[in-house]
Order: sequence, then structure tokens, then C-alpha cells
Amino acid sequence: MIASYTRKELMVVAAAREIRDGEVVFVGMRLPLLGFGLAKATHAPTAVGLFENGVIRDRPAEAFIYTMGDPPNIVGAIACLGLNDVMSLLQQGRVDVGFIGGAEIDPYGNLNTTRTSGSGSMVRLPGSGGGGDIASLAGRTVLIMEHEPRRFRERVDYITSPGHFPGRRQGGPATLITTLGVFDLSRGQVRAVSLHPGVTPAQVREATGFAIAVDDSVPATTPPSTDELAYIRHADPEGFWTRERREGE
Amino acid sequence: MDPPLTSKRRSLAEAIREQVHDGDAVALGLALESGIPFAAVHEIIRQRRKDLTLIGPISDMAFDQLIAAGTVAKVIAAWVGNVAGGSGYGFRRAYEQGQPRRIVMEDHSNFTVGLALKAAAMGLPFLPTFTGIGGDIVRGHPRIRPIEDPFGGAGLLAVGALKPDVAIVHVQRTDASGNAHLWGNLGLTVEAAYAARRTIVVCEEIVPDDVIRSDPNRTMIPGFLVTAVVEEPGGALPSSVQGYWRRDFETFLRYHQLSKTAPGYQSWLKEWVLDLPDRPAYLRHMGDAAVQRLRVSDRRLAAAANFAP
Repeated sequence: MIASYTRKELMVVAAAREIRDGEVVFVGMRLPLLGFGLAKATHAPTAVGLFENGVIRDRPAEAFIYTMGDPPNIVGAIACLGLNDVMSLLQQGRVDVGFIGGAEIDPYGNLNTTRTSGSGSMVRLPGSGGGGDIASLAGRTVLIMEHEPRRFRERVDYITSPGHFPGRRQGGPATLITTLGVFDLSRGQVRAVSLHPGVTPAQVREATGFAIAVDDSVPATTPPSTDELAYIRHADPEGFWTRERREGE
Repeated sequence: MDPPLTSKRRSLAEAIREQVHDGDAVALGLALESGIPFAAVHEIIRQRRKDLTLIGPISDMAFDQLIAAGTVAKVIAAWVGNVAGGSGYGFRRAYEQGQPRRIVMEDHSNFTVGLALKAAAMGLPFLPTFTGIGGDIVRGHPRIRPIEDPFGGAGLLAVGALKPDVAIVHVQRTDASGNAHLWGNLGLTVEAAYAARRTIVVCEEIVPDDVIRSDPNRTMIPGFLVTAVVEEPGGALPSSVQGYWRRDFETFLRYHQLSKTAPGYQSWLKEWVLDLPDRPAYLRHMGDAAVQRLRVSDRRLAAAANFAP
């Protein structure tokens, strides 16, 4: 029997599966905090995580964390350095995979988290944070997005985190994980790898504001295993990151 | 017995009055989500500073509060918002509608803010980097320009030095001269303190200087760079301080909800800043139960390091 799970839990699992054992991971904000811990606890026990505040750890956080700076993410770390130290490792090419979220994306994997006029009036978003750096410098990047037409745009208003472009020196978007499925971006176009159980190709096309390669033969995303769910529910006991939210919450 | 009062020790109100002036470039929130000097942020608002430039990597709620209070003319940062909830509504009202005043934004990534402060800390005009190439942040940027590699390698970007007038940092402990022990994630705390013309160190406790000298590797800021030392326990709440305070997540979330509207922000401002004289009053207003819930009482001590000659 497959246990029931939320869409967010499936996304955390999909993110964790992007981490291979032994890799150096630049862990972003939000879902990847949980995804890194899950990968460590399951298939990638020797992965090492870098956090932009300067923390390096090779164990999941000891208790639930809202942010990478929360005390359970510091205790038991292998090093606590500065932002420039971990960014330097990133720039040097020592990071295999980095995670970034975005408010808007285009077919090349360019992400916008700075400002948009997509809905008519101009909306100011928080900005890059470390996103632009991870996008520029990681060996490959995994992007995490809500899958909505207004967010999937032919052109984004502002490229905060560069995707594929001619003359790129290193890295670039490899995988996109959305609320609807998992997509390959490594060849500079968006191609469906798997759709979350119950999601149809038509739904994906409708939710994507540009042409997207998705056909009826695309398999379903493998659901979380009981071990994966057990870890997530242990690390996020109240479902802060993973429960389904009501509109406006 | 209290350590002797030396020439650098100040109350927080005195330190802000003496060292933070209208129009100053102020770096704070440098460790990222932890150790944000919220008590200093609130004192700056109470003293009605204006036309400040804020400098920081991300700024979890602190910049939003200062911007919405009308103290800020310009922001130099990679991210302005509320990590718990996303958007900073005060920042958005200022940027989108000019309310309560218009602000200028100098957008960065975390690494370019870090390099700008590091360049100033190293006494250099700029530092080169590959970050940001292919994106819009660096396009036409006032502080970032393309340069050639003099050794014939690929083209890169120069990030110009950024020298704050004043850096405000929150640390666990310092001696009366400002030799500051800080542990946990450092973010850009060290670079900012080295780069700034003046540095205010706010600490959980002032300790005898032999405590500092017992572990000099933990001194992240040498005291001769420090212009004011303020003992203000709980001065970083609702952000965390390793070994002293947990993160008060609910307060971030509540502010996020309240600050959605300008009147909501004003009610927060009145209750938590303007109607309170100082940080001890803020802690009393939180209530003893809330303070005790956040205070760290467990011990996870580092192993001793032998410095015997």
C-alpha cells in the first residue's frame, strides 16, 4: 500500500533524489533545507552541504529548522565560516549541485526573483539572495517552482539567476521540479521527465506559458517511499514546509 | 562585580545617537538570518534617523521595518523581505508606490555584496568575480563593470568596494574594548566590521578580557576596529543567537501578516517600537513566558583548546 502524501512532500523527495551520494551540495532556502536532510538520511549519506551563511554540514539538522541560520543547523556542523568562504568554493567549481527557487521562469531556465509586471502593475520581489550566484557558479542547478501560467513565461522581465546562454562558462539548469512534475532543462529546453501522479500532459501544457515537450508516454513521478515519508515527517513534524496550504495562507 | 566602564561602553541609545547619523550608510543583518541587531534597528527608528543607506546580504525583516518607518533613502542588498513569509511589504510599498517615501535600490547577489565589502576590508578598489555573468543584476550596474583578465583568461566582472559608515553587529560576548567572540555562521559580519569606518558591537554579555584571550581564534572582530560596545541581552530577538536565543518564528510570521497594510505596519510600529523606551521594555512586553521559551538553557560546550606555550 502506498501511504498518502502531499504534493510538497513529493517535491521534497524529488529534490532529494537530485543529490547523488558523495556530492557537494549548495543548499538553498525552504524546501531544499528538507531535501538535503532527506538525501543524507537515505541514498546520499556522504553528501556535504554548504549553506550561504557560511555553514558546512554533513548531517541533517538536529531538529526542525525554518532557516539555515537556526541553531539546530549550526550545532553539529563541521564548519561555520563566512559567506565569502562558501561562495568562493562555489566559484572555484567545488559544488556539484545547487538548489534555487524562482517566481518566474523562461524556456532557457532564466529565473526572475527581482521584479515583474506580468500581472499588469509592477511588483517588486525580494531579489537574488544567493540565487544568482548558485545559478552562475554551481556545477548544475535544480530549480524549484510553483507551476502556473503566469510564472512560466516566454520572456521574464528580469533575469535574476541566469539559465542557459551562449558563452556560459560552467554549469546551468539541469532539472526543474514543479508542483506538476519533474522536467529536464539540461539541453536548453524544457522536457518532461515525469508528471506527478494524477497530473495530465494537457494540464502541464495549460499551466506553462511557453511550448513544452510533454507527451502521453511521460511516466509518473515515483511516489515517496515509506522511509522517505518517515524522514520528512520526523524533520517537519507540523508539516510547515510540506502540508497543503489554503489560499492566502 | 561588573567589569569597569571604559570609554567605549555605551547604552544602545547613546551608541546610535553618537555613531549613526542622517544620511549614513549602515551595514547590518550581516550574519543573514541569525544575530540581526533588531534592538538597534528599533532604536534607529525611535531616534528618527533619515536618508540612510542600508547595506546587507539578505535582510530578514529588519530592512523592511526601517524602510517602512521612512528612515531609508537607498538599499544596497541581495534580498529584502521576510524569510518566513517571502515578501517584505514595507519594502514593496516604498519601491512600488513611494510610500512612505521613494527608495533607490542597488540590487546585488549575496556574493557581490560580499565581494564589495571584502574589497573595502582589504583596502582594494574592487575584486574580480565570475558570478552574475549572463544575468540582469550586473547589467549597467553602478558598482559592477566588465574587466579583462590581465593574465589572458576569460573576461570577468569587477565589483567595486563598498565602505559602510557604520556596521552594527550582534555577537555573543566581548570584552570592554570590543574584542568580540562570535560563533556559529558568520555571513559577512567580519568583512563589514573590517570595512566600516565605525563598528558598533552589541553583545549578549561583556566578559573579562582574559575570557577573550583564552580563545583568540574565536575573536572575529579585534577591538581596535570597534567604536562602541553595547551590552544588550536579547538585542537580536526575534532572530536567534547561537547558545543564547532560539529563533522566535511566530514574531516574523505575525509581522508578515500585520505589515501587509500601511495601517497594520503603523500599529506594529506603535506597539513594539514607539511606545517602548528600550530593549528591556521590549522583553517585558513579550512577557516572561515568551522570553523563557526562547532562551537557550541547554549546554553543548565546545571542547577546550590548549593554548599553552
